[in-house]
Amino acid sequence: MKVTITDHEEVTVVEVTGDIDSKTAPEFERNARAATEKSHKIAIDLTEVEFMSSAGLRVLLMVYRNIKGQNGKVILVGVSEDIQDVMSTTGFINFFTIVEKLDEAIVILKQD
Amino acid sequence: MATDIRIDYYPTHEQQGIKFRRGHVLPFGATMVPNGINFSIYSSEAIDCTLVLFERGEAEPFAEIRFPEEFRTGNVYSMIVFDLDYERLEYGYRMDGPFKPEEGHRFDKSIILSDPYAKAIGGRDSWLAKPNWDNIYPYRSRLVFEDFDWENDHPLETPIEDLVIYEMHVRGFTQHPSSNVKNPGTFAAIRSKIAYLKDLGVNCVELMPIYEFDEWENSKENPVTGGLIVNFWGYNTVNFFSPKSGYAATGKFGMQVDELKTLIKELHKNGIEVMLDVVFNHTAEGDHRGHTISFRGIDNKTYYMLTPEGYYFNFSGTGNTLNCNNPVVRNMVLDCLRYWAADYHIDGFRFDLAAILGRDQNGAPLSNPPLLESLAYDPILAKCKLVAEAWDAGGLYQVGSFPAYGRWAEWNGKYRDATRKFLKGDQGLVGEIAQCIQGWPDLYHYRGPTASINFISCHDGFTLYDLFAYNEKHNEANGENNNDGGNDNHSWNCGVEGETDDPFINQLRHKQVKNALAILMVSQGVPMILSGDEMGVTKSGNNNTYCHDNELNWVDWGLLDKNSDIYNFAKHITKFRRAHPVLRSRTHFQHRDYVGSGYPDISFHGTQAWQPDFAPSSRCLAVMLDGAHAKSGTILDDSIYIALNSHYDALFYELPTLPNGQSWHLAVNTDMPSGEDIYAIGNEPRMDDQGRFLVGGRATVILIGK
Repeated sequence: MKVTITDHEEVTVVEVTGDIDSKTAPEFERNARAATEKSHKIAIDLTEVEFMSSAGLRVLLMVYRNIKGQNGKVILVGVSEDIQDVMSTTGFINFFTIVEKLDEAIVILKQD
Repeated sequence: MATDIRIDYYPTHEQQGIKFRRGHVLPFGATMVPNGINFSIYSSEAIDCTLVLFERGEAEPFAEIRFPEEFRTGNVYSMIVFDLDYERLEYGYRMDGPFKPEEGHRFDKSIILSDPYAKAIGGRDSWLAKPNWDNIYPYRSRLVFEDFDWENDHPLETPIEDLVIYEMHVRGFTQHPSSNVKNPGTFAAIRSKIAYLKDLGVNCVELMPIYEFDEWENSKENPVTGGLIVNFWGYNTVNFFSPKSGYAATGKFGMQVDELKTLIKELHKNGIEVMLDVVFNHTAEGDHRGHTISFRGIDNKTYYMLTPEGYYFNFSGTGNTLNCNNPVVRNMVLDCLRYWAADYHIDGFRFDLAAILGRDQNGAPLSNPPLLESLAYDPILAKCKLVAEAWDAGGLYQVGSFPAYGRWAEWNGKYRDATRKFLKGDQGLVGEIAQCIQGWPDLYHYRGPTASINFISCHDGFTLYDLFAYNEKHNEANGENNNDGGNDNHSWNCGVEGETDDPFINQLRHKQVKNALAILMVSQGVPMILSGDEMGVTKSGNNNTYCHDNELNWVDWGLLDKNSDIYNFAKHITKFRRAHPVLRSRTHFQHRDYVGSGYPDISFHGTQAWQPDFAPSSRCLAVMLDGAHAKSGTILDDSIYIALNSHYDALFYELPTLPNGQSWHLAVNTDMPSGEDIYAIGNEPRMDDQGRFLVGGRATVILIGK
């Protein structure tokens, strides 16, 4: 798994490539936490993530709670159908806005 | 997770690169602590204990750590192990000690044992996925995340008398292809049927066992059908703290806990409570020939009731009996229920074969059973509903005498039998039917009507429809030559055994189902219906379908069309109950006028007003509930008149006169075709003849006076 953080004006994009499981979740969490410290408008791009375990979903929830505390917003991008299914079944999906393309997420976050 | 790391959280020991130290004795089980996991387990007779650690799904453990003697406090072994991957970890124990069955000891350190306090079990992750039979550790203890976001959810604490309970099997409810849901047979699928449950008008789902069990247990080829016989119902617990993974669409990802909690949260949002059917009378380990999973190898003498020769008492009819009134086991049961109430927001519990919970360690019934008392007075369970199945397979029958401590309600088996017999036309039942309608004050004089969970059908026995389609059980498919299952069904097939094209018989069956639903919904106490009965589900006359993962247990949603009249009746009669507080009293009737309305709170009638016929030959009863006495006179409701006729002929019933300005309106007449058999709240037509009413043969009429 690889995590890249880029800034698009006031929006911070966290882009993940590879699987997020209990082995890689701590690194994802470190990066995501750093992003929330920089900005409260976060897009997490999961287009290149095929598998996300419970530990990964919990990092997303951690980001959501952090950002919510700052009246910010987090958008998930390119979440695979399988992961969306799991998120829906386990209730995680209720906390997030999900869009298909990164551009859309940036537009929404900037307007917000 | 705590952020302030205690200064004593440092390793003191190391083995094969794994660091550990002495742990906390409480809580039992495996819990996350900063940088590590605390393991704690009890055994009074083991002489040695080893922690066994697996990477998820691996055949062999990656480490085995013997508890150093100084890690034992009393009879508890505890240890913190650092730097474990708690999402990928599976753990178990080896216990060393004597193998002397005649003295009650069955230690065997070659077996890896599951933790009684594990919060999830791996090994049966997806329903009926073929297990590896050579697995050295088939039911693996796991940890779960306990950070579920409940937001502002809270158990609903609906007054018990206001509940309409819907007993369902998680898999059976949506597994049939006609259910038309994603992920059939799972917790998630129930969530997609919430709108249906609301339309039906139920406000409590009682889930048949959802603690982890092994559906493969005693599985074999069915000699009759060639299919597989499995343990479908799940009254055979492997672990009391773990939800059944195979009931979760996400069980294969180990996320069954989140999925179940999400379901409960959504049900609560929609005003529906969740009650669990819990099985604390025995475990899946069976008798002396059974396999050792956990309790038997950890502390056989503590967990089971043993005969003086070291065999297992079998009050449960399933091989062993959990030793519930042993103080250690009692605490485990209490810990377990507290966990489900606090962490899963469960609203109530129904205890399978609960009479066993009142037996002492030698099996003798106790007058003041410590476990039942502890549960009744527990501060965390204080608002939970506690419901007993007040009998056991050892012959203890406590309906009406179950030790209640002002808290316990019970499945009223007498209600079931009396209503069945009355409906099939037996004589001499009018007195008992009057008891049924009142919440059986003769049984529950001091406990009130809310002690009575009223039901006519449940998972055990015939479905409501089958009660009127079969005289005899037809259990051949169970593979026991039709010898299993009860013979006291009190059923009547209306003329032909099984399915028929005869329109008269089919009409009568539908009418009888409606009669049953009507009686159930106008009785004081707490009504419970079996999932599927609202659409006339059939099990083809099988009255013991515990072993079938097929159409015998799967609700066929196509019946909503085929039996649309039954469903329409069911959903209106539940709403009728919920709209009329006079049907849902907390206290028994006093048979007098204590609010000055001019009418007693309840009065009995017959074919002549004010003259009930309780003679043995009678099959008629009418009841009037005075609306001014609703909820002990604190709420003004309509008055309700209920006419029951189980005679085969139509009879005129003279109606009691209402106060000036009020008149009788027709709410229910099961003798009429669909559309005219029940009227929605507020749409009840005023009756032309206010003096008398012709009640059809085997029919139920309900009027409201307003």
